[in-house]
Amino acid sequence: MPKDHGIGASTKRREDIRFLTGRGVYTDDMALHGQTAAVFVRSTVAHGRIKSINQAKAAAMPGVLAIFTGEDFKDVGGNPAGWLINSRDGTPMREPKRPVLAHGKVRHVGDAYAAVIAETVAQAKDAAEQLAEDSVIEELPAIVNMKAAVADASNRVHDEIPDNLCFDWGWIEDNRAAVDAAMKAAPHKVTLELVNNRLVPNAMEPRASIGEYNPGTGDYKLTTTSQNPHLTRLLVAAFVLGIPENKLQVVAPDVGGGFGSKIYHYGEEALVLAAAKKLGRPVRWTAERSESFLTDAHGRDHVTKIELGCTKDGEILAIRTETLANVGAYLSNFSTATPTFLHGTLMSGPYKVPHVYVNVKTVFTNTAPVDAYRGAGRPEATYSLERVIDKMCRELGLDPFEVRRKNLLTPDQFPYQSPVGLLYDTGNYQATLDKAMAMADLAGFEKRAAASKAKGKLRGMGLSTWIEACGIAPSNLVGVLGARVGLYDAATVRVNATGNISVMVGAHSHGQGHETVFAQIVADKLGIPDTSVEIVHGDTAKIPFGMGSYGSRSLAVCGTAMDKAVDKIIAKGKKIAAHMLEAAEGDISFADGKFSVAGTDKAKTFGEIAFSAYVPHNYPLETLEPGLEETAFYDPANFTYPAGAYICEVEVDEGTGKVDVVAFHCADDFGNIMNPMIVEGQVHGGVGQGIGQALCEFTTYDENGQLLTGSYMDYPMPRAEDVPFYNVDYSCLTPCTHNPLGVKGCGEAGAIGSPPAVVNAVIDALQRGGHAHVTHIDMPVSPSRVWSAING
Amino acid sequence: MTKVSMTVNGKAVSGEVEGRTLLSSFLREGLGMTGTHIGCDTSQCGACVVHVDGKPVKSCTVFAADVAGASVKTIEGMANADGSLSVIQQAFQDHHGLQCGFCTPGMVMSSAALLAENPKPTEAEVRHYLDGNICRCTGYHNLVKAVMAASGQDVSALAAE
Repeated sequence: MPKDHGIGASTKRREDIRFLTGRGVYTDDMALHGQTAAVFVRSTVAHGRIKSINQAKAAAMPGVLAIFTGEDFKDVGGNPAGWLINSRDGTPMREPKRPVLAHGKVRHVGDAYAAVIAETVAQAKDAAEQLAEDSVIEELPAIVNMKAAVADASNRVHDEIPDNLCFDWGWIEDNRAAVDAAMKAAPHKVTLELVNNRLVPNAMEPRASIGEYNPGTGDYKLTTTSQNPHLTRLLVAAFVLGIPENKLQVVAPDVGGGFGSKIYHYGEEALVLAAAKKLGRPVRWTAERSESFLTDAHGRDHVTKIELGCTKDGEILAIRTETLANVGAYLSNFSTATPTFLHGTLMSGPYKVPHVYVNVKTVFTNTAPVDAYRGAGRPEATYSLERVIDKMCRELGLDPFEVRRKNLLTPDQFPYQSPVGLLYDTGNYQATLDKAMAMADLAGFEKRAAASKAKGKLRGMGLSTWIEACGIAPSNLVGVLGARVGLYDAATVRVNATGNISVMVGAHSHGQGHETVFAQIVADKLGIPDTSVEIVHGDTAKIPFGMGSYGSRSLAVCGTAMDKAVDKIIAKGKKIAAHMLEAAEGDISFADGKFSVAGTDKAKTFGEIAFSAYVPHNYPLETLEPGLEETAFYDPANFTYPAGAYICEVEVDEGTGKVDVVAFHCADDFGNIMNPMIVEGQVHGGVGQGIGQALCEFTTYDENGQLLTGSYMDYPMPRAEDVPFYNVDYSCLTPCTHNPLGVKGCGEAGAIGSPPAVVNAVIDALQRGGHAHVTHIDMPVSPSRVWSAING
Repeated sequence: MTKVSMTVNGKAVSGEVEGRTLLSSFLREGLGMTGTHIGCDTSQCGACVVHVDGKPVKSCTVFAADVAGASVKTIEGMANADGSLSVIQQAFQDHHGLQCGFCTPGMVMSSAALLAENPKPTEAEVRHYLDGNICRCTGYHNLVKAVMAASGQDVSALAAE
C-alpha cells in the first residue's frame, strides 16, 4: 500500500495551485511604483575594439533617464571564477577580468557594452538602437574554433593571454606515466574522437532582474532569476560592486527553470543595482529569448579523444583522454570546475579500471561563456566512456551487456577508491543493470526489430551504465582543490507558537518541488500533517546562508541540514517535556508527534511543547531559553553517488536518416526516495534533455562568431512529438551511507545517462542494418548526419 | 495611442495601447494579468497561448488592437467558478504535468483547446497538438499523461510503445 503522506508518499505538489491558476510570481511579473526599464546594447560582432560610444543623440531621446558604458564600471570588481585550477606544471589558470559591461573590447556576439535606462522598455529599446548606431567598434578576427585558437597565438580573446589557454590540467598527473605504460601493454586498444555538442540551457523563463535602492536607508534589493540568491549576493556585494553584504537583499522568487544557467551571477544584475542607485528608482530588465541564446552560459562543448586499453575478452585495463573544453569569452562562475573536477573525477565510471588519466585544456574563444548545464562535466565523462566501451565491444565482437557486467564494480567492493580521486560509498550496479535488462525485454528485441523492418525501419538498442557524483563536498577537500566557496547548506526550523512550522532553507526550488517534498520530510519526522509545514526559500532576508540548488544537491545537502535542525528541535522539546512532565530528560522519548515518559502514559503533544516554549509559564527558564527555533549547517563528508543503467531503443529511417526513440528504460539508484512522483518527473525531464542533446540540439557559431542557432526557429528544442513515454524504476536502491536520509539526488541522472544510450542505439541499428562502416556519429545524430553516415 | 476594449475572462476591459503593443503585453502590463507568460520572441514556445473567441492564439503574435471587441480567455479564467481547479488543471496537478510552472499557462490553454476539438485524443494526437508548446522540465511524459487523463482515459499503464 503506497504511503499517503510523509516520506515516501507521492504527495501532490502544493506549488502547482499557483502555477496552474496564473498566480505564480516570477521576476518579470512584478510591477513596482516608479519603475524604469533597462535595455542592453550588445555587440553584433564576435570580437572588436570599442573605439567610441557617442551618447548624445540617445541621451536626448524621449524617456531616456541614464546611459551606462563599460567606462562607468572600470573601477569596480570583476565577476570571478569560483574555482582556481592549476595547470599540470603547477601554474595557476589565467583569469581575465569579467566586467559588468565590456570595456575596451567586446568578446562575443551579445557581449553588452552599454545600457540604456528609460521610462519604458520601448523607449529604452529605441534609444539603445540609436546608441548602437553611434558606437564605433573596430571588428577583429573572431576566434571560434578551439584547435585554431590554441594553434594561432597571434589572435587573442584577451590581449594578456598569449595562447588563449586558460589552463592545461592533468588528472591525476602523477599517474600519467603508469597509465601510459598500461595503455602500451594492453592487448587491445580502442580510440574514439568525439564531440560533446554545445547546448543552450533554455530554461523557459528568460533571465530577468530588478534593482531597487532606498536612499533613505542605503539598502539595495535585487530580485532576480537565480538558483542561489545567497551566492549571487556574495558575488555582487563582495566581488563586483563593493556593497556591504548586509545592505543588499537578494530575492529569487518563482523561477522558471534553471538547469545550471541561473546559478551564475551575470553583469545585468550588477547593472540594475548600480542604475537604481543612480536614479533612486527601480530598474528592471527582462531578457528576450535572443538575449538568452546569446548570453546565458552555454553547456558542454568538449572535443575529446578517448583511448581505452583492454584484454581481448573486454576487461578494461586503462583509459586515457585528451579534451579541449570551450570556456567561451569569459570565465563564468563554475566554468573552470565543470570540465575538471566534475568531469575528470568521473572518468572511471562505475567500473573497476586500474589506470585512468585525464587531460583537459580549456580554451578562450569569442563565444558566449560556457558553464555547468544539467549534469555538468558528468555527462561529458559518461558519454566518452560509454561510447568507447561500445566501440570496444564492436571491435572485439563482444556483448555490450556482458562486457559492462564484467567491468562493473561489485557490491562487495564498496567503499571503493577510484583511480581518479573519488571514494564511492555504496552501490549495486549489477542490480540496476539486471533491472534495466528485464524492463527492456531483451528476448523480444528480434521480434520488435522484425516489426520495424516491416515498416521500413532499422531498429537498434543502446545501453549505458553510468555513475555520477552529486552534492559536491566536503568544503575542506574542495578548498584544497581550488574551490573559493564552501559547499555546505543550511536550514532554520522555526516552530511557531501554535505548533505549525516555517522552515527557511538555503536550497532554491525552480521546478524541483521542494515546497512539497521538504515539508513531507519535516512533517514525517515530527509526526504532524504536511500542511502544518511551510518551506521558505529564495530570499536572503529570510533564509540562512546556503549555497542554493545545483548539482543535485538540494536534498542530500540542504535536506540533511533540515533533518539536523529538526533533530535539535526534538532534543530541545525533550528538555521542555521533561520539565512539564516532571521526568528525567533521559526518560523522554519522541514518536508520532508526542513526547512521552517511558513506561507511563504521560505525554505532551508537539503542539503543547511548542506553545509552552513561547508562553513559558511552566518552563525551565533558569536552564533553557524560551522559543523553539533551530538552525543547522551541514557540510557533507563525501559526494553522493547515484548510478544506474539506461537502455534505449530507436528506429532509424534509412531513407531520410531520421531517428525515433521508441523506448527508453531507466533503472536508477538514487538511494532512499522521498516522493516517487517527483523523482520520476526529474528522470523524465533529464532524459528528455538528454534525448534533445543526442538527436537535435546543436549550437553553431559561424567562422565570424555569429550564432546561427539563436532562436527557436533555428535551435531545435525537443518537442512532445520527439520523445516517447519513459519507463522509470528506482527500486534497486542502496541508501547513501553518509547522510541521515540515505538520499543521493536525482536531478541530473537522466541527462547524464541518456545521450550515450541513444547514440549507441543508433549505431547498433545501423550496424544491424548492414552499415558496418558506421562506427560513430557525433551528436546531435540529426537526419542529415545519419543519412550522410549511411551514404558516405 | 489608441483605446482598445475587449472582454477578458468574462469582464469588459479597456486600455490605451500603441499600435505595436502585443496582446501579451496588454494582458501583462496593461491589465496586470501576469499569468500569461512570454518565453520567446518568435512565436515558438507557446507560453503565451490564450483563447481568442474560443480559439488558441499565441498572444505574443497578435496586436492588442487587432483583438478589439473579442472575447479573450487566459489562465486566470480557467478555474471553476468556486475557485477550484478545472478538470484539466486538476489533471496537471494529479499527474505532475508541470515543474517550474513557466510553460504551464500556455500548456493548459493549448490542452483545453485540444480537448474542445477532440475530446478523446490519442497519445500521438496529444503530442502533435502540443508541438507548438515547449516544456524544458517534464520531458513531456507527465504532460501528455495529464491531457489524456483530463479526457477521461485510463493512463495508469502508459509507457513507451
